[in-house]
Amino acid sequence: MSPVFLAQVIDLLSALVLLLGFGLLAQRRIYALLHLFAWQGLFLAANTAIVAYGAGVRHLYFSALMTLAMKVVLIPYILHVLIRRMKIERDVEAMVNVPLTLLIGIALVVLSYNVMSPIQEFSTLMTRSTLAIALATVMLGLLMMITRRHAVAQVIGFLAMENGLFFAATSATYGMPMVVELGVALDILIAALIFGVFFFQIRTTFESLDLSKMARLKEDVGE
Amino acid sequence: MNAFLPYVLTIAQAALLLLLAPFMVGWVRLVKARLQNRRGAGPLQPYRDIRKLFAKEAVVAENASWIFRFTPYLVFGVTVLAGAIVPILAVDLPLAPVADVIALVAIFALARFFIALAGLDIGTAFGGMGSSREMTIASLAEPAMLMAIFAASLITQSTSLSTMVAEIHKGVLLKPSFAFALLAFVLIALAENGRIPVDNPATHLELTMIHEAMILEYSGRHLAMIEWAGMMKLMLFSLLGIALFAPWGIAGATDAGSVAFAFVVMAAKLLLAATALPILETGLAKLRFFRVSEFLGVAFLLSTLAILSHFILER
Repeated sequence: MSPVFLAQVIDLLSALVLLLGFGLLAQRRIYALLHLFAWQGLFLAANTAIVAYGAGVRHLYFSALMTLAMKVVLIPYILHVLIRRMKIERDVEAMVNVPLTLLIGIALVVLSYNVMSPIQEFSTLMTRSTLAIALATVMLGLLMMITRRHAVAQVIGFLAMENGLFFAATSATYGMPMVVELGVALDILIAALIFGVFFFQIRTTFESLDLSKMARLKEDVGE
Repeated sequence: MNAFLPYVLTIAQAALLLLLAPFMVGWVRLVKARLQNRRGAGPLQPYRDIRKLFAKEAVVAENASWIFRFTPYLVFGVTVLAGAIVPILAVDLPLAPVADVIALVAIFALARFFIALAGLDIGTAFGGMGSSREMTIASLAEPAMLMAIFAASLITQSTSLSTMVAEIHKGVLLKPSFAFALLAFVLIALAENGRIPVDNPATHLELTMIHEAMILEYSGRHLAMIEWAGMMKLMLFSLLGIALFAPWGIAGATDAGSVAFAFVVMAAKLLLAATALPILETGLAKLRFFRVSEFLGVAFLLSTLAILSHFILER
Protein backbone atom coordinates (compact mmCIF):
# COMPACT_ATOMS: atom_id res chain seq x y z
CA MET A 1 0.00 0.00 0.00
CA SER A 2 1.29 3.43 -0.88
CA PRO A 3 2.40 5.74 1.94
CA VAL A 4 0.00 8.42 0.71
CA PHE A 5 -2.94 6.08 1.09
CA LEU A 6 -1.73 4.99 4.52
CA ALA A 7 -1.37 8.62 5.59
CA GLN A 8 -4.93 9.25 4.44
CA VAL A 9 -6.23 6.30 6.46
CA ILE A 10 -4.33 7.59 9.50
CA ASP A 11 -5.85 11.04 9.00
CA LEU A 12 -9.33 9.57 8.72
CA LEU A 13 -8.93 7.45 11.85
CA SER A 14 -7.56 10.36 13.84
CA ALA A 15 -10.47 12.50 12.67
CA LEU A 16 -12.79 9.78 13.98
CA VAL A 17 -10.99 9.79 17.34
CA LEU A 18 -11.54 13.54 17.52
CA LEU A 19 -15.20 13.19 16.55
CA LEU A 20 -15.69 10.59 19.29
CA GLY A 21 -14.04 13.02 21.71
CA PHE A 22 -16.83 15.46 20.88
CA GLY A 23 -19.36 12.66 21.16
CA LEU A 24 -18.18 11.95 24.69
CA LEU A 25 -18.57 15.62 25.49
CA ALA A 26 -22.19 15.70 24.38
CA GLN A 27 -23.55 12.27 25.36
CA ARG A 28 -25.86 12.24 28.37
CA ARG A 29 -26.50 8.54 28.87
CA ILE A 30 -24.02 6.50 30.87
CA TYR A 31 -24.04 3.36 28.75
CA ALA A 32 -23.78 5.23 25.46
CA LEU A 33 -20.85 7.13 26.96
CA LEU A 34 -19.10 3.87 27.70
CA HIS A 35 -19.69 2.61 24.16
CA LEU A 36 -18.33 5.82 22.66
CA PHE A 37 -15.24 5.47 24.81
CA ALA A 38 -14.74 1.88 23.63
CA TRP A 39 -15.07 3.02 20.00
CA GLN A 40 -12.50 5.71 20.56
CA GLY A 41 -10.11 3.09 21.91
CA LEU A 42 -10.81 0.87 18.91
CA PHE A 43 -10.01 3.61 16.39
CA LEU A 44 -6.93 4.51 18.40
CA ALA A 45 -5.74 0.90 18.31
CA ALA A 46 -6.40 0.67 14.56
CA ASN A 47 -4.55 3.94 14.04
CA THR A 48 -1.57 2.69 16.05
CA ALA A 49 -1.47 -0.58 14.12
CA ILE A 50 -1.46 1.28 10.81
CA VAL A 51 1.29 3.61 11.99
CA ALA A 52 3.25 0.52 13.03
CA TYR A 53 2.77 -0.99 9.59
CA GLY A 54 3.50 2.24 7.71
CA ALA A 55 6.60 3.18 9.70
CA GLY A 56 7.82 -0.37 10.21
CA VAL A 57 8.06 0.03 13.96
CA ARG A 58 7.59 -3.38 15.55
CA HIS A 59 6.84 -2.50 19.13
CA LEU A 60 3.91 -0.32 18.10
CA TYR A 61 2.01 -3.48 17.13
CA PHE A 62 2.30 -4.48 20.75
CA SER A 63 1.05 -1.06 21.88
CA ALA A 64 -1.91 -1.35 19.52
CA LEU A 65 -2.73 -4.78 20.91
CA MET A 66 -2.46 -3.48 24.44
CA THR A 67 -4.74 -0.54 23.65
CA LEU A 68 -7.23 -2.96 22.20
CA ALA A 69 -7.12 -5.21 25.24
CA MET A 70 -7.18 -2.42 27.82
CA LYS A 71 -9.33 0.34 26.42
CA VAL A 72 -11.73 -1.56 24.23
CA VAL A 73 -12.27 -4.69 26.31
CA LEU A 74 -11.03 -4.60 29.87
CA ILE A 75 -11.75 -1.09 31.18
CA PRO A 76 -15.16 -0.77 29.48
CA TYR A 77 -15.99 -4.20 30.92
CA ILE A 78 -14.96 -3.15 34.44
CA LEU A 79 -16.99 0.06 34.20
CA HIS A 80 -19.90 -1.87 32.72
CA VAL A 81 -19.95 -4.25 35.67
CA LEU A 82 -19.68 -1.31 38.08
CA ILE A 83 -22.57 0.50 36.42
CA ARG A 84 -24.73 -2.59 36.60
CA ARG A 85 -23.84 -3.30 40.21
CA MET A 86 -24.67 0.22 41.25
CA LYS A 87 -27.90 0.15 39.18
CA ILE A 88 -27.19 3.46 37.51
CA GLU A 89 -27.75 2.23 33.93
CA ARG A 90 -30.57 4.66 33.45
CA ASP A 91 -28.81 7.70 34.84
CA VAL A 92 -29.20 10.63 32.51
CA GLU A 93 -27.02 13.54 33.38
CA ALA A 94 -28.61 16.98 33.45
CA MET A 95 -26.23 19.01 31.33
CA VAL A 96 -26.91 22.68 31.11
CA ASN A 97 -25.67 23.90 27.79
CA VAL A 98 -24.46 21.31 25.33
CA PRO A 99 -24.02 23.64 22.31
CA LEU A 100 -21.86 25.98 24.39
CA THR A 101 -19.69 23.07 25.56
CA LEU A 102 -19.29 21.97 21.95
CA LEU A 103 -18.30 25.50 20.92
CA ILE A 104 -15.66 25.59 23.65
CA GLY A 105 -14.49 22.23 22.29
CA ILE A 106 -14.10 23.73 18.82
CA ALA A 107 -12.11 26.62 20.30
CA LEU A 108 -9.85 24.05 21.98
CA VAL A 109 -9.25 22.32 18.65
CA VAL A 110 -8.24 25.64 17.09
CA LEU A 111 -5.98 26.34 20.06
CA SER A 112 -4.25 22.96 19.82
CA TYR A 113 -3.75 23.48 16.11
CA ASN A 114 -2.13 26.83 16.80
CA VAL A 115 0.10 25.41 19.50
CA MET A 116 1.13 22.38 17.50
CA SER A 117 1.67 23.85 14.05
CA PRO A 118 5.27 25.05 14.75
CA ILE A 119 6.16 21.58 16.01
CA GLN A 120 4.58 20.01 12.95
CA GLU A 121 6.99 21.96 10.75
CA PHE A 122 9.98 20.23 12.37
CA SER A 123 8.57 16.73 12.31
CA THR A 124 9.27 14.42 9.40
CA LEU A 125 7.14 11.52 10.55
CA MET A 126 4.13 10.36 8.58
CA THR A 127 1.95 11.07 11.59
CA ARG A 128 2.93 14.71 12.02
CA SER A 129 -0.45 16.07 10.91
CA THR A 130 -2.25 14.18 13.69
CA LEU A 131 -0.29 15.91 16.46
CA ALA A 132 -2.82 18.72 16.77
CA ILE A 133 -5.68 16.19 16.87
CA ALA A 134 -3.94 14.32 19.69
CA LEU A 135 -3.55 17.46 21.77
CA ALA A 136 -7.16 18.36 21.03
CA THR A 137 -8.26 14.94 22.29
CA VAL A 138 -6.40 15.57 25.56
CA MET A 139 -8.04 18.99 25.86
CA LEU A 140 -11.50 17.58 25.17
CA GLY A 141 -10.99 14.98 27.89
CA LEU A 142 -10.00 17.75 30.26
CA LEU A 143 -13.03 19.81 29.28
CA MET A 144 -15.22 16.77 29.88
CA MET A 145 -13.80 16.39 33.39
CA ILE A 146 -14.58 20.05 34.04
CA THR A 147 -18.11 20.18 32.66
CA ARG A 148 -19.42 16.84 33.90
CA ARG A 149 -20.86 16.32 37.34
CA HIS A 150 -21.44 12.61 37.20
CA ALA A 151 -18.58 10.59 38.69
CA VAL A 152 -18.58 7.93 35.96
CA ALA A 153 -18.58 10.58 33.24
CA GLN A 154 -15.61 12.30 34.88
CA VAL A 155 -13.70 9.03 34.99
CA ILE A 156 -14.43 8.43 31.32
CA GLY A 157 -13.19 11.96 30.64
CA PHE A 158 -9.99 11.09 32.45
CA LEU A 159 -9.57 7.91 30.43
CA ALA A 160 -10.26 9.79 27.19
CA MET A 161 -7.50 12.19 28.21
CA GLU A 162 -5.15 9.23 28.58
CA ASN A 163 -6.25 8.09 25.12
CA GLY A 164 -5.18 11.48 23.83
CA LEU A 165 -1.78 11.25 25.55
CA PHE A 166 -1.14 7.84 24.05
CA PHE A 167 -2.19 9.19 20.68
CA ALA A 168 0.17 12.13 21.08
CA ALA A 169 3.06 9.80 21.90
CA THR A 170 2.32 7.73 18.80
CA SER A 171 2.11 10.72 16.47
CA ALA A 172 5.05 12.65 17.94
CA THR A 173 7.67 9.93 18.31
CA TYR A 174 6.10 6.64 17.19
CA GLY A 175 5.24 5.69 20.74
CA MET A 176 6.97 5.72 24.10
CA PRO A 177 9.53 3.10 25.19
CA MET A 178 7.92 -0.22 25.98
CA VAL A 179 8.65 -0.03 29.72
CA VAL A 180 6.89 3.31 30.05
CA GLU A 181 3.91 2.11 28.08
CA LEU A 182 3.53 -1.02 30.17
CA GLY A 183 3.74 1.07 33.32
CA VAL A 184 1.10 3.50 32.12
CA ALA A 185 -1.20 0.68 31.07
CA LEU A 186 -0.92 -0.90 34.49
CA ASP A 187 -1.55 2.46 36.16
CA ILE A 188 -4.70 2.97 34.13
CA LEU A 189 -5.97 -0.47 35.02
CA ILE A 190 -5.32 0.06 38.73
CA ALA A 191 -6.92 3.51 38.47
CA ALA A 192 -10.07 1.98 36.96
CA LEU A 193 -10.27 -0.45 39.88
CA ILE A 194 -9.69 2.26 42.47
CA PHE A 195 -12.31 4.47 40.79
CA GLY A 196 -14.71 1.57 41.26
CA VAL A 197 -14.06 1.56 45.00
CA PHE A 198 -14.50 5.34 45.08
CA PHE A 199 -17.82 5.11 43.23
CA PHE A 200 -19.18 2.83 45.93
CA GLN A 201 -17.82 5.04 48.71
CA ILE A 202 -19.27 8.19 47.17
CA ARG A 203 -22.60 6.55 46.66
CA THR A 204 -22.91 5.18 50.21
CA THR A 205 -22.01 8.59 51.64
CA PHE A 206 -23.99 10.87 49.33
CA GLU A 207 -26.58 8.44 47.91
CA SER A 208 -25.76 9.73 44.44
CA LEU A 209 -22.88 9.93 42.03
CA ASP A 210 -23.56 13.57 41.27
CA LEU A 211 -20.34 15.20 42.37
CA SER A 212 -21.85 18.66 42.71
CA LYS A 213 -23.32 17.38 45.97
CA MET A 214 -19.79 16.98 47.31
CA ALA A 215 -19.39 20.75 47.24
CA ARG A 216 -21.56 21.01 50.31
CA LEU A 217 -19.60 20.64 53.51
CA LYS A 218 -22.39 19.80 55.92
CA GLU A 219 -25.85 18.39 55.74
CA ASP A 220 -28.61 20.88 55.21
CA VAL A 221 -30.41 21.53 58.46
CA GLY A 222 -34.05 22.47 58.55
CA GLU A 223 -34.84 21.67 54.93
CA MET B 1 -26.82 20.17 -32.43
CA ASN B 2 -23.97 20.23 -29.97
CA ALA B 3 -24.12 24.00 -29.73
CA PHE B 4 -27.70 23.84 -28.47
CA LEU B 5 -27.21 20.92 -26.15
CA PRO B 6 -26.17 22.92 -23.05
CA TYR B 7 -29.30 25.08 -23.35
CA VAL B 8 -31.51 22.04 -23.88
CA LEU B 9 -29.89 20.44 -20.86
CA THR B 10 -30.50 23.49 -18.67
CA ILE B 11 -34.19 23.43 -19.51
CA ALA B 12 -34.30 19.65 -19.18
CA GLN B 13 -32.84 19.89 -15.68
CA ALA B 14 -35.50 22.30 -14.49
CA ALA B 15 -38.21 20.21 -16.19
CA LEU B 16 -36.89 17.05 -14.57
CA LEU B 17 -37.03 18.70 -11.20
CA LEU B 18 -40.61 19.85 -11.79
CA LEU B 19 -41.82 16.48 -12.99
CA LEU B 20 -39.89 14.07 -10.80
CA ALA B 21 -40.17 15.84 -7.43
CA PRO B 22 -43.74 14.63 -6.67
CA PHE B 23 -42.74 11.09 -7.58
CA MET B 24 -39.80 11.22 -5.20
CA VAL B 25 -41.98 12.44 -2.35
CA GLY B 26 -44.58 9.80 -3.21
CA TRP B 27 -41.87 7.17 -3.08
CA VAL B 28 -40.61 8.42 0.29
CA ARG B 29 -44.16 8.29 1.68
CA LEU B 30 -44.73 4.81 0.25
CA VAL B 31 -41.55 3.37 1.75
CA LYS B 32 -42.36 5.03 5.05
CA ALA B 33 -45.86 3.58 5.04
CA ARG B 34 -44.51 0.12 4.32
CA LEU B 35 -41.99 0.43 7.14
CA GLN B 36 -44.85 1.29 9.47
CA ASN B 37 -46.91 -1.72 8.32
CA ARG B 38 -49.35 0.43 6.37
CA ARG B 39 -50.18 -0.14 2.72
CA GLY B 40 -49.74 3.49 1.79
CA ALA B 41 -50.78 5.32 -1.37
CA GLY B 42 -48.89 4.70 -4.59
CA PRO B 43 -45.94 6.85 -5.54
CA LEU B 44 -48.16 8.80 -7.97
CA GLN B 45 -50.45 10.11 -5.25
CA PRO B 46 -48.70 13.53 -4.96
CA TYR B 47 -49.48 14.20 -8.65
CA ARG B 48 -53.16 13.58 -7.98
CA ASP B 49 -53.04 15.79 -4.90
CA ILE B 50 -51.48 18.62 -6.86
CA ARG B 51 -54.02 18.29 -9.68
CA LYS B 52 -56.86 18.29 -7.17
CA LEU B 53 -55.53 21.37 -5.43
CA PHE B 54 -55.12 23.23 -8.72
CA ALA B 55 -58.76 22.52 -9.59
CA LYS B 56 -59.99 23.87 -6.27
CA GLU B 57 -60.87 27.45 -5.49
CA ALA B 58 -58.22 29.40 -3.61
CA VAL B 59 -59.71 30.90 -0.47
CA VAL B 60 -57.84 33.94 0.79
CA ALA B 61 -58.40 35.52 4.18
CA GLU B 62 -60.06 38.95 4.15
CA ASN B 63 -57.17 40.77 5.77
CA ALA B 64 -54.47 39.12 3.69
CA SER B 65 -52.20 41.54 1.87
CA TRP B 66 -50.39 41.13 -1.45
CA ILE B 67 -47.57 39.29 0.30
CA PHE B 68 -49.86 36.39 1.03
CA ARG B 69 -50.95 36.09 -2.62
CA PHE B 70 -47.50 36.74 -4.04
CA THR B 71 -45.57 34.27 -1.88
CA PRO B 72 -46.62 30.97 -3.54
CA TYR B 73 -45.53 32.24 -6.96
CA LEU B 74 -42.24 33.56 -5.63
CA VAL B 75 -41.44 30.37 -3.75
CA PHE B 76 -42.31 28.23 -6.74
CA GLY B 77 -40.31 30.34 -9.19
CA VAL B 78 -37.29 30.60 -6.93
CA THR B 79 -37.21 26.83 -6.43
CA VAL B 80 -37.34 26.17 -10.18
CA LEU B 81 -34.52 28.68 -10.63
CA ALA B 82 -32.46 26.81 -8.04
CA GLY B 83 -33.12 23.66 -10.05
CA ALA B 84 -31.52 25.29 -13.07
CA ILE B 85 -28.40 26.16 -11.05
CA VAL B 86 -27.66 22.85 -9.33
CA PRO B 87 -25.80 20.54 -11.69
CA ILE B 88 -28.17 17.59 -12.00
CA LEU B 89 -27.18 15.99 -15.28
CA ALA B 90 -24.15 17.89 -16.49
CA VAL B 91 -21.60 20.48 -15.39
CA ASP B 92 -20.60 23.70 -17.18
CA LEU B 93 -24.11 24.58 -18.27
CA PRO B 94 -24.86 28.15 -19.41
CA LEU B 95 -26.70 29.05 -16.20
CA ALA B 96 -23.88 27.79 -13.97
CA PRO B 97 -21.97 31.11 -13.81
CA VAL B 98 -25.18 32.95 -12.85
CA ALA B 99 -25.04 31.91 -9.23
CA ASP B 100 -22.53 30.17 -7.03
CA VAL B 101 -23.33 28.01 -4.06
CA ILE B 102 -23.60 30.94 -1.64
CA ALA B 103 -26.19 32.53 -3.88
CA LEU B 104 -28.02 29.21 -3.89
CA VAL B 105 -28.25 29.31 -0.10
CA ALA B 106 -29.47 32.90 -0.38
CA ILE B 107 -32.14 31.81 -2.86
CA PHE B 108 -33.45 29.25 -0.39
CA ALA B 109 -33.34 31.91 2.32
CA LEU B 110 -35.40 34.26 0.15
CA ALA B 111 -38.11 31.64 -0.27
CA ARG B 112 -38.13 30.96 3.45
CA PHE B 113 -38.28 34.66 4.30
CA PHE B 114 -41.38 35.14 2.18
CA ILE B 115 -43.12 32.04 3.55
CA ALA B 116 -42.45 33.30 7.08
CA LEU B 117 -43.84 36.73 6.13
CA ALA B 118 -46.93 35.12 4.62
CA GLY B 119 -47.38 33.14 7.83
CA LEU B 120 -47.39 36.39 9.80
CA ASP B 121 -49.42 38.28 7.20
CA ILE B 122 -52.83 36.79 7.90
CA GLY B 123 -52.47 37.43 11.61
CA THR B 124 -53.56 34.05 12.97
CA ALA B 125 -51.90 32.58 16.01
CA PHE B 126 -50.64 29.47 14.23
CA GLY B 127 -49.09 31.36 11.35
CA GLY B 128 -47.10 33.58 13.68
CA MET B 129 -46.01 30.66 15.81
CA GLY B 130 -44.93 28.70 12.75
CA SER B 131 -42.98 31.64 11.36
CA SER B 132 -41.24 32.26 14.64
CA ARG B 133 -40.21 28.62 14.91
CA GLU B 134 -39.13 28.40 11.31
CA MET B 135 -36.88 31.44 11.66
CA THR B 136 -35.42 30.06 14.90
CA ILE B 137 -34.43 26.89 13.10
CA ALA B 138 -33.26 28.76 10.01
CA SER B 139 -30.99 31.02 12.04
CA LEU B 140 -29.22 27.91 13.31
CA ALA B 141 -29.33 25.83 10.13
CA GLU B 142 -28.05 28.44 7.70
CA PRO B 143 -24.63 29.08 9.29
CA ALA B 144 -24.12 25.33 9.54
CA MET B 145 -25.13 24.92 5.90
CA LEU B 146 -22.71 27.62 4.80
CA MET B 147 -19.90 26.11 6.86
CA ALA B 148 -20.50 22.68 5.31
CA ILE B 149 -20.43 24.22 1.87
CA PHE B 150 -17.30 26.20 2.69
CA ALA B 151 -15.62 22.94 3.67
CA ALA B 152 -16.40 21.53 0.23
CA SER B 153 -15.25 24.84 -1.31
CA LEU B 154 -11.93 24.64 0.53
CA ILE B 155 -11.27 21.20 -0.88
CA THR B 156 -12.16 22.22 -4.41
CA GLN B 157 -10.84 25.81 -4.24
CA SER B 158 -14.02 27.25 -5.68
CA THR B 159 -17.53 28.33 -4.74
CA SER B 160 -18.99 27.79 -8.17
CA LEU B 161 -21.10 24.64 -7.94
CA SER B 162 -20.18 23.52 -11.42
CA THR B 163 -16.44 23.77 -10.79
CA MET B 164 -16.82 22.14 -7.39
CA VAL B 165 -18.67 19.16 -8.80
CA ALA B 166 -16.21 18.76 -11.66
CA GLU B 167 -13.31 18.98 -9.22
CA ILE B 168 -14.79 16.39 -6.84
CA HIS B 169 -15.67 14.20 -9.80
CA LYS B 170 -12.00 14.06 -10.71
CA GLY B 171 -11.35 12.21 -7.51
CA VAL B 172 -11.42 12.93 -3.81
CA LEU B 173 -10.80 9.96 -1.64
CA LEU B 174 -10.81 9.36 2.06
CA LYS B 175 -10.77 12.95 3.17
CA PRO B 176 -11.98 13.35 6.75
CA SER B 177 -13.14 16.89 6.04
CA PHE B 178 -15.30 15.54 3.27
CA ALA B 179 -16.87 12.91 5.52
CA PHE B 180 -17.62 15.50 8.20
CA ALA B 181 -19.11 17.88 5.66
CA LEU B 182 -21.35 15.09 4.32
CA LEU B 183 -22.61 14.21 7.80
CA ALA B 184 -23.29 17.88 8.54
CA PHE B 185 -25.07 18.27 5.22
CA VAL B 186 -27.39 15.33 5.95
CA LEU B 187 -28.37 16.80 9.33
CA ILE B 188 -28.96 20.23 7.80
CA ALA B 189 -30.96 18.80 4.91
CA LEU B 190 -33.24 17.06 7.42
CA ALA B 191 -33.77 20.34 9.26
CA GLU B 192 -34.20 22.49 6.15
CA ASN B 193 -36.81 20.21 4.65
CA GLY B 194 -38.75 19.80 7.88
CA ARG B 195 -38.11 16.08 8.10
CA ILE B 196 -38.49 13.99 11.20
CA PRO B 197 -36.12 14.82 14.00
CA VAL B 198 -36.89 18.51 13.54
CA ASP B 199 -40.39 18.76 12.09
CA ASN B 200 -42.95 16.16 11.09
CA PRO B 201 -44.18 16.66 7.50
CA ALA B 202 -47.23 14.45 8.07
CA THR B 203 -48.78 16.17 11.06
CA HIS B 204 -51.07 19.07 11.72
CA LEU B 205 -50.78 18.72 15.47
CA GLU B 206 -50.93 22.23 16.92
CA LEU B 207 -48.04 22.07 19.31
CA THR B 208 -45.43 20.48 17.12
CA MET B 209 -45.94 21.66 13.56
CA ILE B 210 -43.56 24.20 12.11
CA HIS B 211 -43.75 24.34 8.34
CA GLU B 212 -47.38 23.25 8.26
CA ALA B 213 -48.31 25.99 10.72
CA MET B 214 -47.06 28.71 8.39
CA ILE B 215 -48.97 27.47 5.38
CA LEU B 216 -52.12 26.55 7.26
CA GLU B 217 -54.18 29.33 5.66
CA TYR B 218 -53.29 28.45 2.10
CA SER B 219 -55.69 26.59 -0.14
CA GLY B 220 -56.32 25.74 -3.77
CA ARG B 221 -53.65 26.64 -6.30
CA HIS B 222 -51.62 28.60 -3.71
CA LEU B 223 -51.29 25.51 -1.55
CA ALA B 224 -50.52 23.37 -4.60
CA MET B 225 -47.63 25.63 -5.57
CA ILE B 226 -46.20 25.75 -2.06
CA GLU B 227 -46.46 22.00 -1.63
CA TRP B 228 -44.96 21.40 -5.04
CA ALA B 229 -42.10 23.78 -4.22
CA GLY B 230 -41.59 21.91 -0.96
CA MET B 231 -41.29 18.64 -2.86
CA MET B 232 -38.84 20.21 -5.26
CA LYS B 233 -36.81 21.53 -2.35
CA LEU B 234 -36.47 18.04 -0.92
CA MET B 235 -35.35 16.75 -4.29
CA LEU B 236 -32.97 19.68 -4.74
CA PHE B 237 -31.27 19.01 -1.44
CA SER B 238 -30.90 15.35 -2.37
CA LEU B 239 -29.49 16.37 -5.74
CA LEU B 240 -27.16 18.91 -4.15
CA GLY B 241 -25.92 16.25 -1.75
CA ILE B 242 -25.41 13.83 -4.63
CA ALA B 243 -23.66 16.47 -6.74
CA LEU B 244 -21.32 17.53 -3.93
CA PHE B 245 -20.57 14.24 -2.26
CA ALA B 246 -21.15 11.52 -4.88
CA PRO B 247 -21.04 13.09 -8.34
CA TRP B 248 -19.87 9.97 -10.16
CA GLY B 249 -21.47 9.65 -13.56
CA ILE B 250 -22.26 13.33 -14.15
CA ALA B 251 -21.76 14.43 -17.77
CA GLY B 252 -19.84 17.23 -19.44
CA ALA B 253 -21.84 20.00 -21.13
CA THR B 254 -21.42 18.98 -24.76
CA ASP B 255 -21.40 15.23 -24.54
CA ALA B 256 -24.75 13.91 -25.77
CA GLY B 257 -23.97 10.23 -25.22
CA SER B 258 -23.03 10.47 -21.59
CA VAL B 259 -26.09 12.57 -20.71
CA ALA B 260 -28.35 9.55 -21.00
CA PHE B 261 -25.97 7.60 -18.81
CA ALA B 262 -25.84 10.51 -16.35
CA PHE B 263 -29.64 10.48 -16.19
CA VAL B 264 -29.78 6.77 -15.36
CA VAL B 265 -27.08 7.08 -12.69
CA MET B 266 -28.76 10.17 -11.23
CA ALA B 267 -32.13 8.41 -11.07
CA ALA B 268 -30.59 5.40 -9.34
CA LYS B 269 -28.82 7.56 -6.76
CA LEU B 270 -31.95 9.60 -6.17
CA LEU B 271 -34.00 6.46 -5.61
CA LEU B 272 -31.39 5.28 -3.15
CA ALA B 273 -31.57 8.60 -1.29
CA ALA B 274 -35.39 8.49 -1.33
CA THR B 275 -35.28 5.01 0.21
CA ALA B 276 -32.64 5.86 2.80
CA LEU B 277 -34.56 8.94 4.01
CA PRO B 278 -37.70 7.13 5.26
CA ILE B 279 -35.56 4.38 6.81
CA LEU B 280 -33.61 7.05 8.70
CA GLU B 281 -36.80 8.84 9.67
CA THR B 282 -38.49 5.69 10.92
CA GLY B 283 -35.53 5.02 13.20
CA LEU B 284 -35.64 8.47 14.79
CA ALA B 285 -38.05 10.15 17.16
CA LYS B 286 -39.03 13.76 16.72
CA LEU B 287 -36.99 16.05 18.93
CA ARG B 288 -38.56 18.41 21.41
CA PHE B 289 -38.37 21.90 19.92
CA PHE B 290 -35.87 23.11 22.50
CA ARG B 291 -33.58 20.21 21.66
CA VAL B 292 -33.43 21.24 18.00
CA SER B 293 -30.73 23.76 18.85
CA GLU B 294 -28.59 20.84 20.02
CA PHE B 295 -29.26 18.91 16.83
CA LEU B 296 -28.22 21.86 14.71
CA GLY B 297 -25.36 22.58 17.09
CA VAL B 298 -24.03 19.15 16.20
CA ALA B 299 -24.44 19.96 12.51
CA PHE B 300 -22.50 23.19 13.04
CA LEU B 301 -19.84 21.30 15.00
CA LEU B 302 -19.44 18.75 12.21
CA SER B 303 -19.13 21.36 9.50
CA THR B 304 -16.62 23.34 11.59
CA LEU B 305 -14.65 20.16 12.20
CA ALA B 306 -14.72 19.60 8.44
CA ILE B 307 -13.05 22.96 7.88
CA LEU B 308 -10.61 22.48 10.76
CA SER B 309 -9.58 19.00 9.67
CA HIS B 310 -8.98 20.36 6.20
CA PHE B 311 -6.40 22.74 7.68
CA ILE B 312 -4.97 20.34 10.23
CA LEU B 313 -4.82 17.12 8.27
CA GLU B 314 -4.89 17.87 4.58
CA ARG B 315 -2.32 20.51 3.86
